Amino acid sequence: MRVGLFVPCYIDQFYPDVAHSTLEVLERCGVEVDFPVAQTCCGQPMANTGCTDQAARLAQRAAEIFAPYTHVVCPSGSCTSMIRHHCDEYFETSDDFGLRGKVFELCEFLHDVLCVEEFGVHFPHRVGLHQSCHGLRELRLGWSSETMTHRDDKVRRLLQRVEGLQLVTLRRADECCGFGGTFAVNEADVSVAMGLDRIDDHAQAGAEVIVAGDMSCLMHLEGLLRRNKQRLEVMHVAQVLAGRPRAHEVVSRDANAKRLERGSP
Amino acid sequence: MSALPIIEHPRAAAEFVANRERTRWHDKALWFVREKRDRMVRTIPEWEWLREMASQIKTHTIANLAEYLEQFERSATAAGAHVHWARDAEEHNTIVLRILRENRAQRIVKSKSMLTEECHLNPFLERHGIEVIDSDLGERIVQLREETPSHIVLPAIHIKKEEVGDTFHQHLGTAAGASDPKYLTEAARDHLRDKFLRADAGLTGVNFAIAETGGIVICTNEGNADLGASLPPVHIASMGIEKLIPRAIDLAVFTRLLARSATGQPITTYTSHFHGPRRDLSGQQTGQLHLILVDNGRAQIRDSPEFREALHCIRCGACMNTCPVYRRSGGHSYGAVVPGPIGSVLSPTIDAKRHKSLPHACSLCGSCTDVCPVRIPLHHQLLAWRKELAARRLLPWSKRLAMKGVTFVFQHPALMNWMGKMSRMALRWTPRPLIYHRWNDWGKGRELPIPPQQSFREWWVKNRGAGSAEVQSAHETDRHRRPKEE
Repeated sequence: MRVGLFVPCYIDQFYPDVAHSTLEVLERCGVEVDFPVAQTCCGQPMANTGCTDQAARLAQRAAEIFAPYTHVVCPSGSCTSMIRHHCDEYFETSDDFGLRGKVFELCEFLHDVLCVEEFGVHFPHRVGLHQSCHGLRELRLGWSSETMTHRDDKVRRLLQRVEGLQLVTLRRADECCGFGGTFAVNEADVSVAMGLDRIDDHAQAGAEVIVAGDMSCLMHLEGLLRRNKQRLEVMHVAQVLAGRPRAHEVVSRDANAKRLERGSP
Repeated sequence: MSALPIIEHPRAAAEFVANRERTRWHDKALWFVREKRDRMVRTIPEWEWLREMASQIKTHTIANLAEYLEQFERSATAAGAHVHWARDAEEHNTIVLRILRENRAQRIVKSKSMLTEECHLNPFLERHGIEVIDSDLGERIVQLREETPSHIVLPAIHIKKEEVGDTFHQHLGTAAGASDPKYLTEAARDHLRDKFLRADAGLTGVNFAIAETGGIVICTNEGNADLGASLPPVHIASMGIEKLIPRAIDLAVFTRLLARSATGQPITTYTSHFHGPRRDLSGQQTGQLHLILVDNGRAQIRDSPEFREALHCIRCGACMNTCPVYRRSGGHSYGAVVPGPIGSVLSPTIDAKRHKSLPHACSLCGSCTDVCPVRIPLHHQLLAWRKELAARRLLPWSKRLAMKGVTFVFQHPALMNWMGKMSRMALRWTPRPLIYHRWNDWGKGRELPIPPQQSFREWWVKNRGAGSAEVQSAHETDRHRRPKEE
C-alpha cells in the first residue's frame, strides 16, 4: 500500500494542522504516506462554476500526479466526491490513471480500508457532528435523513471510538451549513443565514465543538462564530482522531504556562 | 421572452433574508412539512423501491411519449372527451378562450394548475372580459392580493395568517383584525361556494393522465377541483404532455408517493378520476370535458439527454420544502412560475438568459435529489446547467476571468505557494478596513480564516522533502503507537 495524501488547497494554505492531523492518524495506523508536492487542486471550484476547460485541466493534472500511488486519501468529502463522481466528465476513462477507483475520503479509508477499531485518543467534550453534504449525499458516508436506505454512519462510528467524546443530538441531523463553494460569496446573504441556523442548532443541543469531515464547511461556520464572538469551536474530524485538544484548552494551557513563567498563581 | 428583465436571485433573496424573523418563520413552516413527510415515509418500508419504480415508469413513458399520447387521445376520445393539442402557452390560452366563447361562458372557477400559471392564463382571460376565480384557498388568497404563488403546493406559504385576515377583511368583509384560520377558511368557503354555483365553466389541472383508459386523475385536499368539474356544465382540464402514465395500475405507485412527499399525508383528501364527460344515471351525457395537452417547451426538454429526467416531475413540491436556500429566500426570489430546485432546472430551459442566476442559487447539498419521489438528480442537473450557462457565455466575465486566473495559478505549484504565502501575510498585516469592505462578500457576515505561519506544503518540503534529514527519522522513530498493520 502506497498512500498519496491529497490535501485540498485551502487546507494546505489556511488549515495546515488538518493535514498534519491526517498524516499523523494515517502514520499511527502504520501507513506509509507520501505528499506529492506538485499537487494543487482537484478542479472543483471551476467545475461547480461551469468552467469545463479549466476543471478538465486541473482534474487531468491531479490524475497524473497521483498515478504512482495505490491509494489516495483526502481529508475532504467534497474534493473526494469531485474526483470520484465528476471527474469522468472531464477526461477519457483511459487517462484518469485509475484515480476514481483509488481515491478515499479519510473517514471512509479509516473505516472501510484500514478498519481502525481504536485511535487511543480521548476528547472529553460534547461534540455536534456536522454532516458535510458531499460526504453524506455524494459519497454516502452516512444515512441521509431523506432516504430510507440504511447505511452505516462512518464518521459517527469513528468518533464513537474516541474516549470521552459525547455526541449531541441535533434538531436537523444533516442540513447544509450554507458554504457551497462559490455559493458562499455568490449568495452571501442566504449562505450566512443558513450558517447561523446551523450554529444555533449545535448551540441549543449543548455542543462545545462542531466536528465535520470537511474543513470548508467549518471555515464558513468558524467565520460566523468568530464574527459573532461565540464560544463554540470547530474542529476537523482528523484533528479529533489525532488527539488534538480543543483550541480554548490550548489557549488556557498557554495562559497557565505564561502565568507560571511569571511566577504568579 | 428575453425582453423580460434578468432575474437576480441573490438580490431578491437578500431582501427576503434581511427580515431575519420572517425568514426563520418561513424556514420553520416548510421544515415542518418536510418532517411530516419524513415521518410518513418511514412508515413505508418499500419507499426506495417505489421511488425507483416511479422513475422507471416515467423513463419508459417519456421514451415512448408519442405512442402513449396517441393512445391517450384515442381512449379519451372514445370515452367522450374532446382532446386539444397546444404547441405553446399562446395556443393553450386561445383554445381555452375558444371553448369558453363557444359555450358563452363569462365566469369560470379554476382549481390549482401550475400549467395555467406557466401559460399566464388568468391575465389573458381577464383581458378578454372573463372572470377567473382561483378556487384553491391558497391560490385565492394570492389572487386577492394580486401576487403569484410562491410554492407549487402551498401557494400562500409566504403569507402569515394575520395578513390573510387583512386581505379577507378588505375583500370578503371579514371582521377587522380576525386571524383565526377556521373563521377565515369559513369565510373563504362561503365566498367560493357562491362563485362555484354561478360559474359557467370549471378549469382544472391534471395530476396524472392514463394512456390506457383515457382517464385523468386530479388530487386535491379541498375538493375544489371536484366542485369546479361537477357544478358547471363545461370542464376544461389542462395538462402538460409529461403527465402521462401508461396504465391504470401504474397510478398506485404515484399516488402513494405524491401526497406523502407533498404534505406528509398518506393520500390526498380527494383523488378524483374523470373518464369522459359527466353523465346522468341513464348514461346520458350532461356536460363537456375538454382536455388540452400542452407542450410549451417539454418536447425540447425531452430531446436533451442532460435534462430529460426533469420531465419525471410530479409537482409534489418536496424539493422546495427540503431546499435550505428556498426555505430562506422565499419562492418569489426565484422570479419564476416554478420556484425551488425543480424550477431552477426548468426555468432556464424556457429562457436561459433571464433565469441564469437560478442554477447558482444552490449550495449543491443534494437534499432535493434524495427527497425527490421520482428520483430526478436535481442537484446534478443544476450543476449541468452551470456548465451549459458557461458554454453559452452566460456566466459573468468577472467570474470567467477569475476562474481562468485561479486555474493558471493551480497549474503552477510554486506560484500557488508564493501567492498563498503573500495572501497569508497580507491577511495578517493589512488594516482591517482594507480587508472587510463592501466588495468582500465573504466578509459581510463572516471572518476570514486566521492565516497560519506555514502552509502544510512548506512544512513538508522542509521536513519530509527529498534530502530532508527527517524523512528517514520520521519513519524510524515511532512517535506514536501503531494500533495494527493492515
